[in-house]
Order: sequence, then structure tokens, then C-alpha cells
Amino acid sequence: MARISSSQYLWLGLLVLALILHFSPGPLGAFVTYPTEWVVSVTDQMNVAMRWFVDAFGPVFKAIGWLLEWPVFAAQKILAFLPWSVTCFIFMALSYLASGWRLALFALAAMLYMAGIGYWAESMNSLAIVLISVPMAIAVGFGLGVFGFYSKRARRIIMPLLDLLQTIPAFAYLLPILILFGFGTTVGLVASVLFAFPPTVRNTILGLRAVSAEIIEAGEISGANARQLFWKVRFPAAKSQILLGVNQTTMAALSMVIIASIIGGTNDIGWEVLSTMRKAQFGESLLAGFVIALMAMLLDRITHAFATRDRAISSDEKALKSWHLVLAIAGAVWLLSLVVPALAEWPENLVFDPAPAMNTGLENFILNWRLVLEAIKNSAFFFVMLPVKIGLIQAVSPFTWGFALTPVLSFAYAAALVVIAGFALVRARAAMGVTVLLIGATLYIGLTTMPWAVVLAAFVLLSYQTAGARLAIGTALGLGFLVIIGLWPQSALSIYLCGVGVFICFVLGSGIGIWAAHSQTVSTIVRPVIDTLQTMPLFVILIPFVMIFKIGEFTALLAIIAYAIVPAIRYTEHGLRNLPPDIIESATTLGATPAQLLFKVKLPLALPAIMLGLNQTIIYGISMLVITALVGTNGLGQRIYIGLGDGDFGVGMTAGIGMAIIAMIADRITQSVSLRKQQALGLKTEML
Amino acid sequence: MPGTDPTPLEVKLSCRHIWKVYGTHPDRFFSNKSGRLPDGVDPLNHAQEIRDSNHIVAGANVSFDVHVGEIFVIMGLSGSGKSTIVRCLSRLVEPTAGEVLLDGQNLLDINKRELIEFRRHKMGMVFQNFGLMPHLNVLDNVAFPLELQGIDVKERRRRAQEIIDLVGLEGREASFPSQLSGGQQQRVGIARSLAVKPELWFLDEPFSALDPLIRKQMQDEFLRLQRELHKSIVFITHDFMEALRIADRMAIMRDGEVVQIGRPVDLILNPVDDYVREFTNDVPWELVLTAGDIADPAHKFAKGMGHISADTSVATLLPYLADHEAGVVVRDGDGNDMGVVNARRVIEALASGVQNPAQVGM
Ligand SMILES: Nc1ncnc2c1ncn2[C@@H]1O[C@H](COP(=O)(O)OP(=O)(O)OP(=O)(O)O)[C@@H](O)[C@H]1O
Ligand SMILES: [Mg+2]
Repeated sequence: MARISSSQYLWLGLLVLALILHFSPGPLGAFVTYPTEWVVSVTDQMNVAMRWFVDAFGPVFKAIGWLLEWPVFAAQKILAFLPWSVTCFIFMALSYLASGWRLALFALAAMLYMAGIGYWAESMNSLAIVLISVPMAIAVGFGLGVFGFYSKRARRIIMPLLDLLQTIPAFAYLLPILILFGFGTTVGLVASVLFAFPPTVRNTILGLRAVSAEIIEAGEISGANARQLFWKVRFPAAKSQILLGVNQTTMAALSMVIIASIIGGTNDIGWEVLSTMRKAQFGESLLAGFVIALMAMLLDRITHAFATRDRAISSDEKALKSWHLVLAIAGAVWLLSLVVPALAEWPENLVFDPAPAMNTGLENFILNWRLVLEAIKNSAFFFVMLPVKIGLIQAVSPFTWGFALTPVLSFAYAAALVVIAGFALVRARAAMGVTVLLIGATLYIGLTTMPWAVVLAAFVLLSYQTAGARLAIGTALGLGFLVIIGLWPQSALSIYLCGVGVFICFVLGSGIGIWAAHSQTVSTIVRPVIDTLQTMPLFVILIPFVMIFKIGEFTALLAIIAYAIVPAIRYTEHGLRNLPPDIIESATTLGATPAQLLFKVKLPLALPAIMLGLNQTIIYGISMLVITALVGTNGLGQRIYIGLGDGDFGVGMTAGIGMAIIAMIADRITQSVSLRKQQALGLKTEML
Repeated sequence: MPGTDPTPLEVKLSCRHIWKVYGTHPDRFFSNKSGRLPDGVDPLNHAQEIRDSNHIVAGANVSFDVHVGEIFVIMGLSGSGKSTIVRCLSRLVEPTAGEVLLDGQNLLDINKRELIEFRRHKMGMVFQNFGLMPHLNVLDNVAFPLELQGIDVKERRRRAQEIIDLVGLEGREASFPSQLSGGQQQRVGIARSLAVKPELWFLDEPFSALDPLIRKQMQDEFLRLQRELHKSIVFITHDFMEALRIADRMAIMRDGEVVQIGRPVDLILNPVDDYVREFTNDVPWELVLTAGDIADPAHKFAKGMGHISADTSVATLLPYLADHEAGVVVRDGDGNDMGVVNARRVIEALASGVQNPAQVGM
């Protein structure tokens, strides 16, 4: 018989409470569904406040927006003016200098695709915003990073701010910016600067701090003054790390520029994807999405290569000389394009447009495979999503499953759960028994119909057990806020969809990760796929799933899985591959079978890394969840989307903050579990 | 060279009552900046008092002189404050109290700008983990201190090249630190520290990150350089054999305090306590003891006896003594006869040294 610990009693108590509230709430009904008359709506107040703010400061922002528009216009004009061949050459040269011939060839292919598919102008319009926003984000990020490095007090303010900026969903950014600056390219620019600068801050601080004390001392003893110590010692020694931040900043900027096109009115490539997707022209949408993917990969590879390239092959003077050469050749190409018009403007008749063919092909495919696709979709819906969402008790009906839950069946279900849990208890697995009961009850009641008081209490309890009283209080306040302002139903839906997605990602992703850790072949196949998925702007991932499964929650779930599975795989593989070799060796000598080795040695040791992977999976899942509002999910994402559509600051912003609250709670819980395990095992695991 | 050169020496660097205290209020333990305690206060008790109020005493009342052209070695267990003290000398670490006199001027009185000038022209330092700039190649690493002084590229590269040749790194100028072996990296570190032609040379465990063979080679190299350059050197090590090979004089530190200062052989022969003895215990005596240490002035000189210089180690002497029972005459650096050493004398010295080193006659 296993002993049940006091915390497990707490969980069992919660379970009993849930069952009581669910079956006979009596006067406690207010704890099941929060009464609408108790809701303290803050949206109106927020709107009033915002309106006041806009009235008071609107002109200032408009003026700033007007100023910011100029460089973007200039960049767009220049890129539109340059013959495609010149731009193409410059990118090839950049790629070559950063990494070598292979990247240069990739750049050529990507540029040819953009021109050849007929999206050159749109691509360049998006690129122009990125080219302006990245330097601005880097300047802001580097400045704040240096400030934060030198001042502990500044760091204490900057760090939580970065956390907030990085957990607030991308869509929610757009809303206040839209209201303050009004329609125009400025929205995309400002949003992408705000969204993109945090990684530069983080990496700047990280890099500057990592410079070894000896290097600093060597600089001092060589007689460096304060300025020299920074610019000639600290900064160059931290440069690789800072450039990695620049790489992340670039990717975030691009991703935000694409997302920002949702406000419309811009003739850029993100808008192309969205508008064609709305018109169900999936062929066009996919082709345009591919442009974004290529642009993302190209920018990623170039900036990444600059950050990590070998110092030996890149001395400053050589670089300077090669730049002169690049400019000279670019000039020559330009002159040539004056003579050969095809080099200036991609010829109409060479535009390759497979979209109509793709659309027909797709239609045929969907037509021919309709039954299979429907079957997949429906079974996933009925057997996975519905039971958890509504609870078996309502979901299992003749209408959906062909039979209803009679009292006898319900009783049998309950009895089976109790038997399994009891068996686990007898086999000294108290935790497992309690878990079985909890999951069983959740399935039965359904997550969204679960009394809010129970869900809140469960999260508070979890926070307390994993991270202590402070997080528990934070969780109670955060979720309590969502309940009081009346966002609980949407929050529960979001938690549900994201939770299911994360669970599947975690199971599937760890499985693939384990496999990849043991097989080089799998690893070499998986690596580029997940790399690509990770650099892909969120939008693009949606496209193939919408194409095949149309809009709906199932599509959203697939998109979430496709995106959020990346960290689950990556961290599991990384964790398993970087275990202390002596421990593995000693376990092997002790005669552990491969299975024992995996389950009794490797996985427990890799747990901190896997938990960090879970953490990232959740964060990825949540950021994708917001985007899936585009394909018709309900929940907080949808509210943000509505707020954005109506220009309703209160609605959009509260939902955005709600998302951020959920993300932060999930982040802190998983982080602290990982940290505890790391300390217990005496290991150190970094974020990848 | 160790043990020779008894000429009276000019003091280059002198540190007086240096204290370094880490903690929340290090200053409150000192009434004045000179580090001299009020009459009647024992430094050791004072240090203990500071520790008792939750502060770390990394340097306690440290005083010593470094002479022109001398290699002064600081030894001690890990955490005994060696690095702290040597950093106090260049003000990389600001001493809590005390004085550092360089050519008679107190370095702790000068302002930041003057300090930078001093560092640019008078000091060089070699670090345990090399402290090379990862973004500069060998040539530019060595030229780095010159670059800080604003010397133009051509000139500073020319000067760096000279030093690179001196430390035997020619041909590797374009390599980056990450492409070099440990020994090569430390040569770069040494070259860089010499680039400004410093008068004072600090080395903080410069060879301890290297494997034993390379270490030996680097020590030889270091001694060769010193014969050529004649710097005033503070050298930190925790390897007594290394100290033995290179030190003119040495200090042993414990818990931030200097326990004993003297020539290596003095420490071996007359350790003040068991802590010092611990360091010297495993020393192979025949390598340390020189003919001068054990020459017997009372012994009769005989005709036909060979003679030998005072700094010859006993180990080198033994084969000779095996063939010459009468012994050999020991001569000091000025050509005066100091006495005679024979096999019996050597055996006595070694035997007594092992049991009770303090009683070996001089
Ligand atoms: N910045 C600091 N803050 C607090 N304590 C310090 C600091 N720097 C050094 N110490 C302490 O001062 C003492 C002396 O350190 P120091 O580095 O001088 O020792 P060391 O003799 O050089 O040792 P090692 O041989 O390991 O290099 C140690 O107890 C150390 O913990
Ligand atoms: Mg040290």
C-alpha cells in the first residue's frame, strides 16, 4: 500500500470539490459558472482611458508616425527602383560573404522564385519595412542592453518588461499602435520594432556579462580607458552573442511585419497571403506563403552566418575590400540592366503561375479523398477534442457517438477509474493513482464545463507546489482577474485548445526526440525540418492545413502542433544527447538493458531539458493559438481578432493581457520544475 | 639566477600594509588609508576580527619589496589571496588600505588618468587563462596595448612583430587564439604583456594551465627572456618546484597574510611553521641544496682538489664526489674560496635535512 502524501490529499480534496460542484452545486452555483452580474467589465473604462489618451497625445503620435513613414517610403522607393537583378546580386554577395557559395546559390534561387512567381514588388515592400525596422530595433535593443548591463536597477525594470513584451501575443500589439498611429505602414514598423527588440537586449546583456574577467583585466592592465574598455574589449568579445540576438531580432521583425499586414491596405506579401486565403485561393496563398518562408530562411541564414562565422576568414580590411568589389559589380549589373530590360523588370511572359493548376489539383484531391479527410477530422474531433471540451457526459450522445451515457455506463466509467486508481495505490504508486482520478474526472466533466473555482484552485495549488507561495499568489491574482472581468469562458477555451495541442506535441515530440537521439539518420532528417518550421512566420504554417481541412478548430490544432512540436523534439534530443557520459557508461557496465538505460537513467537525467522543452512548447503553442483565430477558433484569440477588427481597444487588450497572464503562469511553473530538477540532479541546462 | 647576485639592490616596487577586505562595509575596519593599525593592535587579531564580522579578508597587512631585475614569487594555497595581492599592486583591485610605491610614488594616490598612463608604460601582466582578445589575431593581440595608446597601425605592428619573434611565435601572426595550443596562447599573452616594454611584470600562475612538459619548456623560455630583458617581476605560482626554479626571493601566503619571505632555500632550510614546511616537504633536496649551502669552511684544503661554483646543485656534484674522495673546493661568484664539500658532508646534509631541515649548517 502506498502512503498518500498531504499534497496528494489536497488534490483528492479538490477532486471531491469538483464532483460536488458539478453534480449538486446547490447554493454554490456561482463557483461553477461565474454569474454575469458579478462581472466587472473593464473594457469600457479602458476604451475611455484610451480615447482620452488619444485625444491628449494623438497628434504627437501622428507626428512621430509621419516621421517614421519617411524612411520606410524611401526604402520602398529604392527597392522598387533597383532592378531585380541588382537586388538579387546584392543578396547573393551578402550570402557569399556571410557563409559561402551554397548560401549564395540559395539566395539566387529564392530571389528568382520571388521574381519568377510574380511577387517581386510585394516582397520588396515587406522587405523594406524589415530593413528599416531591424536597425531601429537593434539600436533600441543594444542601448537598453548596455544600460541594463551597467545598471542593476535598470535591469530590474527592463527584464520584466521584456517578459511582458514577449508573452503578449503579436496580434494584441497591433491594436494600441493602430489606435495611436492610425492606418499606414507605421503600424507594421512600430509593431515590429517593439516586438523585435527584446532578443537584442537579452543577448547584449548575456554577451557582455559573459566576457571573462581576465579579458577585462587584460584590457585594463594594457591601459584602456573606460571608452576603450567598452568598444575595444567588451563589445568585440561579446559580439558573437550580440549578433545572435540580431539574428533573432531580424526573424521577429519579419514575422511581425507579416502579421501586421492583417490590418490591410498594404501592398505587401503578408497581405497577399491573407487576402488569397480569405478568398479560398489556396494555390496563390501557398505560393505567396512560400515567398515569406524563403525570405525568412534567407534572412535567418545570413544573419546567423554573420554571427557564427569563423573569425579567421574575416578580417576587417579584407571585408572592406570585398565591399568595394560588391558595389562595383552591383553598379555594373545595374548598367547592364539599362541595356537588357529583362534584367531590370522581370518579363511578364516569364512569370510562372502554377496557382490555378494547384487549385484544381487541390480540389480534386479533396474531392477524391473527402471521405478519408472527413473521417480523420471527425474522429479526431469526437474522440479527442469534444470529450475534453464538453465532457463525456454531454458529448456522448446518440447524435455524435451513436449511443448515450446511461447511468449504468457512467457508473461503470467511475468504477473503472476507481479500480485503476486503487490498483495503482496498492502497487505503491500513489501519485499515479491520484493522477488517474484527476484526469478521469476532468474528461468526464470536461475542461470548459469544469467549475471555474476548481480550475483556479488547481492552478494555484500547482503553482504553490512547483514554485512556492509567490507564484501561487500571482496565479490566483492573474486568473482571478480573468474571472472577474468576465473572460473566464474564453480563457478556458484557450487553455483547452492549447492544452490539447501541447499534450499531443509533448507526447509526439518527445517520442521523435528520443528516436532522433538514438538514430543519426532520424536526427539528420528531422533537424532541417524543425529548423525550417521554426523560422517560418506563423501565418505560413496555417496555409496547408486550411487548404485541406478548411477552417475550424481541428485545423487550428494541427497548426499548433506543427509549430509547437519543434521545441519538444529539439530539447528532448538535446537533453538525451548531452548527458554526462560517465553516468551512461557506468549504468551500461552495471548491465542495464537499452530500455532500462532509457527509462531509468537517461530520461530522468534529461528531465530538466525536457521540461524546458515543454515550457517552450507551451509558449509556442500560445503564440500560434492567437494566429489560429484567423481560421475561426473561439477563445481569447478570437477576442483579440474582434478587437482588432472593430478597433475596440478594451476588448482586444483585455484578451491580449489574458493570453499573457496564461502564458506567464505556464512559463513560470514549467521553468521552476525544470530548475528544481536541475538542482536536484546537479545538472545545468540552458535554453537553446 | 636563483641564489646568486648578492649586490645591494635598488627597490622597484614596494607594498606596505596592504589590506583587501570584501563585504558590505570593508572601510569601517580602518581608521586611515595607510593600512597601519593603531599602536598595540595586532594585524592577525585584526584580520580575525574582520572575519568574525562576516567579511572576507583576501589580503591582510601584506608588505614586501621587489627589487630591480628580481623575480619575486608569491606562493600559497588556493584562496590564500595571491591573485588579490598582485591585482592590488596594479590597482585592478582597489586595496581597502595600504600603500603601493612604484619608484617611490604611491600608486594609490594617483587619479584614474595617471593610473592609465602608468599601466600603458610601466606594467605588463600575464594571466592564468591567457585573457587573449578572442576577436583579434596574434599580431593584433600583441599590438593591442599599443593600439590603446593610439600608435598607428604600421608602427604598432612592427613593434608587435619584434616581440612575437622574441617569444618564438613567428609564422603564427595571422592565427586567432582559438586556433592555438595552450602553450602558444600563453606565448601570445607573454608577448602582449611585453609589448609596452614594461618595467614591472606581473604573472599570475602563467603556466598552470599548461601540461608539465610544456610548462617546463615555458619556464626555461621565461628565464631566457628575463636574462635578456631584466624586468622586475612578481610571479604567482602554487607549484613549489616552479618557484624553486625561477625565484630570487619568494613569499608564502596563507589566508591573506604573508607567512614568510626569503630565498627559496631559506624557506626550505628554515621554515617558520608547519604550513611552510608542507610546501617544502616533497622537494628533492639534492636539487635544491647547492654546494655553497653546505660548504665547510673549517675543512682543510688539499692540493690538487678541483673547484666548483657555489650555485652548483648537490645532484650535479654527486658523481664527481664519487670519484674524488677528498672533496671539492667551493668558490663564490667573486672567486673567493668558501670551503670544501665532500661526500660525507653531502650525506650529512641530506640526512639531517630529511629529518630536521632547520638544523642543516650553513
Ligand atoms: N570579488 C570578490 N568578492 C568576494 N570575495 C572574493 C572576491 N575575489 C576574491 N575573493 C576571495 O578572496 C580570497 C582570495 O582569493 P584569490 O583569488 O586572491 O586567491 P588565490 O590565492 O589567487 O587562489 P587561486 O590559487 O585559487 O587562484 C578567496 O577567499 C576568495 O573567495
Ligand atoms: Mg589566483
